[in-house]
Amino acid sequence: MVTTANSSTEEPAVTAQDASAQDSPNPSEQGPEISLERVVKAYRTGSDTVRAVGGVDLEIARGEFFSLLGPSGCGKTTTMRMIAGFEEPTEGVVRLSGRDVTGVPANRRDVNMVFQSYALFPHMTVEANVAFGLERKRVPKAEIRRRVGEMLELVELGHRAKHRPAQLSGGQQQRVALARALVNEPGALLLDEPLGALDLKLRQSMQVELKRIQREVGITFVYVTHDQGEALTMSDRVAVMNNGLVEQLGTPAEIYERPATRFVADFIGTSNLLTGTIGAADAAGHHRVELGHDLTALVAELPKGLSAGDRAHLTVRPEKVRIGLERPGGDLSILPGTVAETVYMGSATHYQVSLANGAEVTVYQQNSSDSTLVAGRGEAVWLSWAPRHSYALPV
Amino acid sequence: MRNRTTTPYVLVLPAWIWLALFFVVPIGGMLSLSLTTGNVVTGFQQTFEVGNYVTAVSTYWEQILRSLFYGACATLLCIAVGYPMAYWIAFRAGPHKSTYLLLILLPFFVSFVLRTISWRFLLADNGVVLGSLKSVGLVPADLQLLNSAPAVVMGLAYNFLPFMVLPIYAVLERMDPRLVEAAHDLYAGRFQAFVRVILPVSLPGVFAGVLMTFIPTSADYVNASVLGGTHNTMIGNVIQTQYLVNNNYPIAASITFVLMGLLLAGIFSYARALGTERVMEVHT
Repeated sequence: MVTTANSSTEEPAVTAQDASAQDSPNPSEQGPEISLERVVKAYRTGSDTVRAVGGVDLEIARGEFFSLLGPSGCGKTTTMRMIAGFEEPTEGVVRLSGRDVTGVPANRRDVNMVFQSYALFPHMTVEANVAFGLERKRVPKAEIRRRVGEMLELVELGHRAKHRPAQLSGGQQQRVALARALVNEPGALLLDEPLGALDLKLRQSMQVELKRIQREVGITFVYVTHDQGEALTMSDRVAVMNNGLVEQLGTPAEIYERPATRFVADFIGTSNLLTGTIGAADAAGHHRVELGHDLTALVAELPKGLSAGDRAHLTVRPEKVRIGLERPGGDLSILPGTVAETVYMGSATHYQVSLANGAEVTVYQQNSSDSTLVAGRGEAVWLSWAPRHSYALPV
Repeated sequence: MRNRTTTPYVLVLPAWIWLALFFVVPIGGMLSLSLTTGNVVTGFQQTFEVGNYVTAVSTYWEQILRSLFYGACATLLCIAVGYPMAYWIAFRAGPHKSTYLLLILLPFFVSFVLRTISWRFLLADNGVVLGSLKSVGLVPADLQLLNSAPAVVMGLAYNFLPFMVLPIYAVLERMDPRLVEAAHDLYAGRFQAFVRVILPVSLPGVFAGVLMTFIPTSADYVNASVLGGTHNTMIGNVIQTQYLVNNNYPIAASITFVLMGLLLAGIFSYARALGTERVMEVHT
């Protein structure tokens, strides 16, 4: 993924490509819309230097819905602000449509941002807010009027055109912010936790809405969020960030099903984490992981850098684990345990099961019509899951 | 139990009493005084003599207009000097904001009159400023600032500058820096971002600053008497003389009301021109 800086002779060709791409945004046809090459952002605080972003490589394709996901302080917002041009990287290169824009100010970059606080201009009407960018670009007046009208229709705010932002609800302000950015038809739209200030219901409907708008306009979306649910439901691809670095990059399913690091396993959804020693491969190619106290689990494959004899974490999602009173048979990870707690959740029941080695395993069991409470507190149960549902991670 | 709804009224009662005693009563007294005839020896009779106002305007229209003009000039000077100061402190001073605010307020620890008198030394024909400028030939050798209109305007602007800086600073400081970023993001350069976003959003602060400088500068008499010499008297000087020297209370009171009326009219048309809605709006 890391490429060295293109020689300057390639520049004109890339720019021409860029111009043609603006008429018909077609993913997959050209190179990446946004690429970051070994981007570092360091801040001085007193005598210390803090690396907010510690060397990030990313390629975001045209038309892609891409999320930067991570806890606060992980560097995701700084990364986005470097794409927008509000921050300059300390090291590395930022490219938009192949053009090196490092050092180019925000007002000369073909990306637009939707701010977390919306940052709508309070002294202007909704209409004037949306027209702001086009006016600066000196688009003819008649065309501005037409595009602003169309955009306000797209976000269903045509009837609010003459209102001031303060007269709108949070969700409506959100949509004005979106319209104000989208109307410029930028190469990419940057969204900084845009739904953070909305309540749960509205947030969910806006997620669907955002996805619809993104499909309709076909513009690359870069979405910054700390909400894993949001990232998983909306994105084509997700970069999970921690401590200024990308921990894992992949589709939502890859990130969820196959977390590459312990951080990702912890951060995305709920994961059970068991610690043990990797044993030799069996006939089916599964590796046994000895968890102590005669407990053994199976993993389908080992990641690079782990081999038999190493200590490893083993992850398994709570919904992949079966719970039963009988010992199941077959080529499964099979562990005995004692129910420590049951939580009835309506559509599912959650169990906390203690193992002999002291570990606790969380199990989600769907409450389908034929299954009721499998076991109560204190009862002995058997847990089982297929080897492909657990992954070994380096300790 | 006392009714909860009466509590707020009880709490504002001291303020009402204060205002009634020290604002409404004196204003009423002044109003009645402005409609009397007589003199200190024979006493003043309530004759509802409207002629006092005619006399006041016809005799002193020149000083009234001059006061409004000086006040306007000083206010504009305050905006020109104060806005950049406020802007710089709000956006560029980093962790030292309060230090700079303190520096702006520091001269106020010295009495108003003393500060004004010190400007006599600054503006003296061969003083620190003019003397040095003349010796290097930057200004003509016969230039005189003291006892001139510019001296009065500069003195006024100097004395009331903080009243312009502080409200503008308060608005800029509270402004969401993302607004400026949004303007840049939407292709505005620094100048466009300032003209289209920062300036309009800070207008309520400018409006407050204008109120707090234009009213006191127009009515001021200290600067004119200390720095203005005999040819630049303002209406404040006239009122002072009529009251304290000539003891012509009816005329002094009617000039006061003429000035108050003009200032109020000016403020309201100014608010209207800016758009009251815009000026009164509270930005968060």
